[in-house]
Amino acid sequence: MNNDPVKNFRTPLKRAIGLGSAMEGTGHFLWQRVTAIALVLCGVYLIGLLFGLTGADYPVARAMVADPVNAVILVAFLIAAFWHAKLGLQVIIEDYVHTPLLGGIAHLANIFVCALAAIAGVLAIVRIALGS
Amino acid sequence: MVTSILHRATGMALVVGMLAMVYGLLALAAGPERWQAFAACVGSPFGKLLLFCFSWALAFHLINGIRHLVQDTGYGWSIPEFVRSSWISIIGSAVLVVVVWGIVLMRWGQA
Repeated sequence: MNNDPVKNFRTPLKRAIGLGSAMEGTGHFLWQRVTAIALVLCGVYLIGLLFGLTGADYPVARAMVADPVNAVILVAFLIAAFWHAKLGLQVIIEDYVHTPLLGGIAHLANIFVCALAAIAGVLAIVRIALGS
Repeated sequence: MVTSILHRATGMALVVGMLAMVYGLLALAAGPERWQAFAACVGSPFGKLLLFCFSWALAFHLINGIRHLVQDTGYGWSIPEFVRSSWISIIGSAVLVVVVWGIVLMRWGQA
């Protein structure tokens, strides 16, 4: 699309009509808040958990993560946290990165890093919980 | 004003902290040697400093995030209320960090 006003006499509205909506609606806004509430609940639980972990050695730390309830809360926390992080970083990139190439790379990197970190964390917890 | 940009800054810092936490979980899953290396890294003076900064960033983002959730429901939108709740975020996060580290240091003293 040519955005040079000298070469293109079409108005921005004319260029946007027909392209359709992003079909996302208020999804971003809502999920940012849903994950925020989840993180408040899981976070308070995990802060309590961390008190027991201070100065703990390897078997104690591993048993704490392997506990069924703790493992579930930890997985929920990790998924919510990196989802929340992806949404938050996305807004920061949209606000501060204005070149399409750099922005695209930043958005991709954001999605890949957050997704990989969540997968790695969940897999580590599953390994510990199932004892392999 | 300041709380708005601090929410972003602490959010970005927390992402880095969360990556470190995932690294810790991977170390815990990998075995005692890797966990020892991770624990030594966190326990070093620089690691403790980062952990302390992380704890404040978490406390601030948590309290300020709850503040934003309350504002989403329509409360506290006048400017004096806005300024007052900003101070709650800043002072509250400092108090929370002091309380949490107080408990941690007491437990370390007992161990």
